[in-house]
Amino acid sequence: MAAEDKAAEGGLVFHPLEQFKVHPLFGDGPIHWYTPTNVTLWMAVAVLVIVLLMVVGGRSRAIIPGRVQSVGELIYGFIYKMVEDVAGHDGVKFFPYIMTLFMFIITANYLGLIPMAFATTSHIAVTAVLALAVFFTVTIVGFVKNGTDFLGLFWVTAAPLPLRPILAVIELISYFVRPVSHSIRLGGNVMAGHAVIKVFAGFAAIALISPVSVAAITAIYGLELMVAGIQAYVFTILTCVYLKDALHPHH
Amino acid sequence: MEAVAALALGKTIGAGLAGIGSGASAIGVGHVAGNFLAGALRNPSAAASQTATLFIGIAFAEALGIFSFLVALLLMFAI
Amino acid sequence: MAAEAAAGAAESGMPQLDISTFPNQIFWLAVTMVVIYFVLSRIALPRIASVLAERSGTISNDIAAAEELKQQAVAAEAAYEKALRDARAEANRIIAATKAEIQEELASELKRADARIAEKAAESEAAIAAIRATAVENVTAVAKDTAAEIVAAFGAKADAATIDQAIDARMKE
Repeated sequence: MAAEDKAAEGGLVFHPLEQFKVHPLFGDGPIHWYTPTNVTLWMAVAVLVIVLLMVVGGRSRAIIPGRVQSVGELIYGFIYKMVEDVAGHDGVKFFPYIMTLFMFIITANYLGLIPMAFATTSHIAVTAVLALAVFFTVTIVGFVKNGTDFLGLFWVTAAPLPLRPILAVIELISYFVRPVSHSIRLGGNVMAGHAVIKVFAGFAAIALISPVSVAAITAIYGLELMVAGIQAYVFTILTCVYLKDALHPHH
Repeated sequence: MEAVAALALGKTIGAGLAGIGSGASAIGVGHVAGNFLAGALRNPSAAASQTATLFIGIAFAEALGIFSFLVALLLMFAI
Repeated sequence: MAAEAAAGAAESGMPQLDISTFPNQIFWLAVTMVVIYFVLSRIALPRIASVLAERSGTISNDIAAAEELKQQAVAAEAAYEKALRDARAEANRIIAATKAEIQEELASELKRADARIAEKAAESEAAIAAIRATAVENVTAVAKDTAAEIVAAFGAKADAATIDQAIDARMKE
């Protein structure tokens, strides 16, 4: 609304959030839970890319890998090592789960950076589901593995006794804030990057500023390429850290 | 009409104030990265094993900046 | 006022907060995640794991084979060195034996040659003595003949016995 007021005054049109709109692929009807939308399209593209990278690229099972196969193997080795290093040896059986998260997030992030594409990971609904899935998995695994010992995570035995209840409250709050920060970090980063690019693109309407604007978009785009990778990495490594807390609650 | 104008003014000022948070988070991220670099230069052999910690630290610092950005966006577009 | 603002948010606010699209996104996200999970855990990850294991197996096999080949090369070199040493020793032995043989043969040949030389020398000496004896005889005969001739030439007559006696006396001097 504010943007429109401004547009009326200065001739600039800012619609930084237009790109995040979910709309049906066919027709213009209401969005039911089953309606194929642009979310469906870009998630399907993500699945396709993952299948091409991980399944089709490695179908020859070559001892000396080709390009696509070595990229797949590189990602496999990277995530496997991360899970083993951070979550420990008993975390390895969660490796397919973490690999799924990482592959989806990094593919969706990079697909979202294609001009005119729709960034599925910029939506809080998507990232919140991912983060809540991690949160519930970790909590359930923690209680199943350790029983009530898992509550020791909140009772910091290293601290002096009078401080412990206060610390327990803080730890409890931070534990429940985890899925919030986990999801908003990913969604917010992706959304912020796209919105900033869009804002700079709006400035390009003024002829005098447009070269600066294009240069700024290029710079921000480079930054976003980095952020897309880093956020996928951070989401995954935080999942591993939470998993380590669940498997070994005594720090 | 007065109330609408006051609301628009308040929203815009609030969003601008929330934007300060992004700068604060930039300071935090710079602090994390700078201290990591200082430590890495003192003991380069230990640096490689701590890059994961570096990224976690940067992510935590950055998340708070993203929160303030989100508050700004909420003020501008959602209220 | 508030209701109007809320309606406006749904219209032109953040699409991220448009609750009406949440079920759709969550449903398709769930479908996507399940598909990716099954593709990865059933097909991709076991395959990559087996390829990686196979590769590390191949590499360690190759390293073992290379190690073995290296051992063989070292053994071959040792065998070669030994053969060379043996051949050298054999050659030295043969040289020494041949040298001794030659020395021996030389000595015997020398001895034989000495014997032959001595024999020849004796023979020659004998021949020389014989020749000398005949030469003296011849000289006596020639001298007698010559003396008889000379005497005859002087017109004197001398008998043979006298001349012989004179010649023999002269020769004995």
